[in-house]
Amino acid sequence: MALEVNGKTIELDEDGFMVDPDLWDEDVAVALAKTEEIDELTEDHWKVINYLRDYYQQFGIAPMIRKVTKSTGFKLKEIYELFPSGPAKGACKVAGLPKPTGCV
Amino acid sequence: MASTPKPEEILKINYKPPRTRWMDTPVEFKPGTFCYGAKPDNLKGLGLPNPREWSPADEDWKLPENWKEILLEGLRERLDRFRSLRVFMDICVRCGACADKCHFFIGSGDPKNMPVLRAELLRSVYRKEFTTAGKILGKIVGARELTEDVVKEWFYYFFQCTECRRCSVFCPYGIDTAELTIIARELLVLLGCHIDWVVASVNNCNRTGNHVGIQPHAFYDTVDMLCDDIEDITGIRIEPTFNRKGAEILFIAPSGDVFGDPGIYTFMGYLMLFHELGLDYTLSTYASEGGNFGLFTSHDMMKKLNAKMYHEAERLGVKWILGGECGHMWRVINQYMDTMNGPADFLEEPVSPITGTKFENAKSTKMVHITEFTADLIRHNKLKLDKSRNDHLKVTFHDSCNPARAMGLFEEPRYIINNVCNNFYEMPENTIREKTFCCGSGSGLNNDEFMEMRMRGGFPRANAVKHVHEKYGVNVLSCVCALDRAAFPPLMHYWVPGVEVSGVHELVGNALVMKGEKEREEDLRGEPLGGMEDDE
Repeated sequence: MALEVNGKTIELDEDGFMVDPDLWDEDVAVALAKTEEIDELTEDHWKVINYLRDYYQQFGIAPMIRKVTKSTGFKLKEIYELFPSGPAKGACKVAGLPKPTGCV
Repeated sequence: MASTPKPEEILKINYKPPRTRWMDTPVEFKPGTFCYGAKPDNLKGLGLPNPREWSPADEDWKLPENWKEILLEGLRERLDRFRSLRVFMDICVRCGACADKCHFFIGSGDPKNMPVLRAELLRSVYRKEFTTAGKILGKIVGARELTEDVVKEWFYYFFQCTECRRCSVFCPYGIDTAELTIIARELLVLLGCHIDWVVASVNNCNRTGNHVGIQPHAFYDTVDMLCDDIEDITGIRIEPTFNRKGAEILFIAPSGDVFGDPGIYTFMGYLMLFHELGLDYTLSTYASEGGNFGLFTSHDMMKKLNAKMYHEAERLGVKWILGGECGHMWRVINQYMDTMNGPADFLEEPVSPITGTKFENAKSTKMVHITEFTADLIRHNKLKLDKSRNDHLKVTFHDSCNPARAMGLFEEPRYIINNVCNNFYEMPENTIREKTFCCGSGSGLNNDEFMEMRMRGGFPRANAVKHVHEKYGVNVLSCVCALDRAAFPPLMHYWVPGVEVSGVHELVGNALVMKGEKEREEDLRGEPLGGMEDDE
C-alpha cells in the first residue's frame, strides 16, 4: 500500500500506518485522515496531532492514552469523536506514529 | 485489517469436521485469523534469518533455497537436545482427552485446533523423517512429506496456540503442547517465518529493555505522570527512584503496566503500596520489562531477554527481585530461569523486610511474585485496608494461565482480593485455577489483525464471565497479567459489555489507607467512589 502526496510516495503498512514516520508532513496527515474517513482536520484534530508529534519527537514512542487525554484536555470519548478508530489506531496513524507493540 | 464478524455470526460454530482427511485439507489464510509476517527490519535487528518483505497470505513465502534441509536439521538438533520433545513425539496414544479442552477449538470448531491434531502437524513429519515405520509405510502410519504447504500449516496453527497449557492438565501422559508450539515456532523462525507482533516486541526489548520500546526518559516521564495522578487522588507525593545502586530490592513490572490502560492503575497500586511500606526499592529503566516475548520466539531469545533482569540486579547490587503482575514472565522464571541463566548466586534468598518472612519457594530464582509479597503483608496485619472503597465493584478473578499453571499461584491473589473487596464471586469451577481458560490472545497473539480468532479463542473465558455477570452483577474482571489487561477490554466489550478489567494491585491501591492521605473521593481511575462510570 502507498499514498501519493505532492509527488511523494508514502509507503504504508498492512494497517495503513506510515512505514517511515520521517516523511510525515501536514499534507500527509490530511491524506492519512482520508484513509480514516475523516474529511476535514479541524483545530481540535490538530491539537491532538501536534501533541502526538511533539511527544514522539521527544520520546521516540507514542504517549500512553492517559497522557494524551490529560495533556490535550480531551476526554477519551471526545478523542473517539475526532478519530473514530481511537487514539492509538486513529490519531497516531494520522500523526504518522508507528504502531505500538507488547502487552498493550 | 478485516472487520470482525458479529457475536451471533461467530457463535454459529460448526463442529463437524470437513469431509476431506486432515492431511488433504489445505489451510485458508482468511483475514482476522492469522497474524502479519515478521518485518525485515525487526528480523534484522535481532540477527534472525531470511529478512524480507512477505505476507502469510502470499503464494510465495520467499523461503531460503535449502529451507527443507534447514528445518529437518533444526528438528534433528532439537530432538537430540530436548528429551521432552522426543517423548512427546512418541507417546501420544490419541485418546482425545485434550480434544475439546482448547479454547481455540471450542471457539472455532476447526479440528486442527484440537491439541492432539495440532501436535500431529509436527509429529507426522517426525514420523516420516525420524522413524523406520514412517519411512517405509508413510501415510498408513500417519507420516507425511515436509512440503511448503506443511510449513504454511505450521505457521497458521502454531500461531493459533497461545501456549496456555490447559490441554496438558487433561493429558494422561502429561504432553505439554506449549513445548511443541515453542519448538515449532523456533523451527519457523529459522526460515524467517514468524509474526511481526512478537518479533517487533522482542526487537524493542532487545534495544530499549522493554517490549513497548520505552526509552529511559520516557519511562521516567510516564511514571512521573502516574505519581501526579496518585497525588491528585491521595494528596501524597511519591518519588520512586530509578536505577539506584544499593537499593535492597529491584522491582520489575511488565511494561504494559507502565504504558497501557488499564495496567497503569495497577502500577499506581504498586507505587502506593511501596511508599506506604517505606520499602527500600528501585525501578530500572533498563530492566524495564517483566514480560518475555522471547519465550514466543526461541529458547535463545527467551534466555537473552531474561538475562537482563539478572544483569541489572547484579549491577545495582540489590538483594533480590520483586516481580509485578506479569503472566508469562513467571513461566520463564519458574520453569526455565534456573537452568538457563541461573543460579543467581550473587543475590540473596528473598526475605520480606517488613514481616521477616523467608520466601523459600524463591530460594533459587531470587524472585518473588508481588501477590506473594502482599498476601504475606496482609497475613501479618501490616496494611490498613478499607474494603468499602471497592464497594462499587463486584469482582471476579481470572487465573492468568502462566501464574496458574506454571507456578500454582491460586490462593495469594484470592486472599488479597478478599481482604480488599467485599464483593468477590468465583467463576465456575472448570474455568478457574489450573483449569482456567485463556484470554485467547496469549503468547504474543494480542494484535489487532488477529481479532476474529481472539474473540473466538476468548469465548470460553468470556462465557464464564458472562455467567457471573448475569448471576451476581459482576462488573470487574481482575487478573494478574498485563497481557490479560490488554486482551480483556476488547473481549469484554465484544462478549460481556459492562465488565471492566483490573489488576489485583489496583484494588489494593483503592483500599490502602495511607498515612497522611486526604479523604479519598475517587478511585485510582479518577471515578467517584461508590459508582464507577464508564469513561468511554
